[in-house]
Amino acid sequence: MTGDEIITIRGRKVVPGVAEGEALVTTEPISGWGGVDPRNGTVVEMRHELRGQSFAGKVLVFPGAKGSSGWSAQFHVARLMGTAPAAWLFNQMTTKVALGTVVTHAPAMTDFDIDPLTVIRTGDWVRVDADAGVVTVRRARSPCAAK
Amino acid sequence: MRLTDEEKAMRDGRDGPAVAKAMDLLIRYGEALGAQGLVETRNVCGTVTATTPFLRDFAYEKGGLDAVFSEFNLDSSEVVPTPRVKAFSSHLQLGFDPHHPAEMGVSDEIVQFYKRSEAAAARMGVQILNTCTPYQVGNVPTRGEHCAWMESSAVVYCNSVLGARTNTEGRESASSAMVTCRIPDWGFHRDEFRRGTLGVRLEMPVESVEDWGLFGYWMGEWVQDRVSVIEGVGPVPNLPRLKHFGAAASSSGGVEMFHLVGVTPEASTVEQAYGGNRPTDVRPYGPKERAETLARINMTGIDRKVDYVMLGCPHYTIEQIWEAACLLEGRKVHADSALWIFTPRAIKEVATRNGYTQIIEAAGAKLLTDSCSAMSRAVPPGTRVAAFDSAKQAHYLPAILGVQAWFGTTSQCIDAACTGRWSGA
Repeated sequence: MTGDEIITIRGRKVVPGVAEGEALVTTEPISGWGGVDPRNGTVVEMRHELRGQSFAGKVLVFPGAKGSSGWSAQFHVARLMGTAPAAWLFNQMTTKVALGTVVTHAPAMTDFDIDPLTVIRTGDWVRVDADAGVVTVRRARSPCAAK
Repeated sequence: MRLTDEEKAMRDGRDGPAVAKAMDLLIRYGEALGAQGLVETRNVCGTVTATTPFLRDFAYEKGGLDAVFSEFNLDSSEVVPTPRVKAFSSHLQLGFDPHHPAEMGVSDEIVQFYKRSEAAAARMGVQILNTCTPYQVGNVPTRGEHCAWMESSAVVYCNSVLGARTNTEGRESASSAMVTCRIPDWGFHRDEFRRGTLGVRLEMPVESVEDWGLFGYWMGEWVQDRVSVIEGVGPVPNLPRLKHFGAAASSSGGVEMFHLVGVTPEASTVEQAYGGNRPTDVRPYGPKERAETLARINMTGIDRKVDYVMLGCPHYTIEQIWEAACLLEGRKVHADSALWIFTPRAIKEVATRNGYTQIIEAAGAKLLTDSCSAMSRAVPPGTRVAAFDSAKQAHYLPAILGVQAWFGTTSQCIDAACTGRWSGA
């Protein structure tokens, strides 16, 4: 057996802290108000590729925030209900995503040297060390690729 | 982030624990954005009241309304006494109309809880405007004024039409600005963010309120949150047109600012609107785009029997209420349909003095305030099919409540309410 594949990405701290978890990746921006249900930590937006999936305790990897100014309030409630993501990795900075990640108190990063959407896959194990500006992605090496 | 001595003093507790918590939130938020510092603001629009069972339970368990304000407005789990505001602060729309709780399916207990929190907000010095359109009822910022506003349709109006400067704030940042007169100096507070980066060329007349909503919905889908420069504007659009345009564009995309060349304050000329930027793309808007947009907004509309018509998204102006009253006078809302019209409390007062409220009520319709169906998730019982003269409401309600939506003119909507059938597109 070969060891796991390890990928390292560097970026800028948005919210301090260190956390790890399973990645949930989407190339579609996420809406707060009207887009997620904080009671169970799922995406509810019609036609969103993550509709019905839970982000609770995951490392959410996404392009950025969209929609109503209620974005932060939805994820603020998610934190109090224990359904917020464990960490956030995103590309496009806006006031919605900045405030929303701040009020969840979960580590968040942006401004990466490698676009996380191109290298992280749903199910990868991801460690986010926002204080050091380092994301470590761990993935079981495919048995086919290992030959 | 660089802080002034005044800001450091607020952070360190000179003005009490709530102001210190607010400054702490603004510093964390500003650093998240990558802002260099804070900017002074004396004009804030936000939400500080509590309207949900979740917040009621939180208040009972954690220490009353001070606990709600600390957690949900200052991001502080430590309960601090709610302070008076320092900035001129306006309250936005709510989750229901407290004057008509029964229609909106709200229990008396929740209304009583809300009334306590409204009284607390008033004691703080927050103006109880309770509207998504504060610029209609006493809060019209000056060009260049730094603001801290929530509510996407108000933000785009503030930046684009008034030339004032605001980002899309959230509950916590707006409340922190109310008690500190500060907000991160980032985004639309800065000249370089406000300049156009791409353009639209109008190839057909855009004139009616419906036209402007369709154009806004089309533009938002294309530009998302980029700043667009629109050329070829015909007759100067008035407040209801620009209110609908911005609301539609901020719903389908995330438009926070646009320039109408020759109309809006930072676009006297094309050159001024771009401010030295080269447009990345310029697209035409004509009859084909309009027709496709109308079809897309009406995508969920199948059944022509209309159970509910909602007007007043964003909240109606007195001009729009006058128009609706003229269309309704002498008619009756169909027995199988309902018509609700939303406006700010202050404008309802004028409508009542002018006799419009009486005309609307005599027709069997309702003139409501403080909220809308999207905010309240409230529609008349049994509603399956709804009609709107707002692209924003037609965008949100099928997603929020699963209803079918028809979009058209105010006149088509009022006809639908009175006949119980959709006869528009």
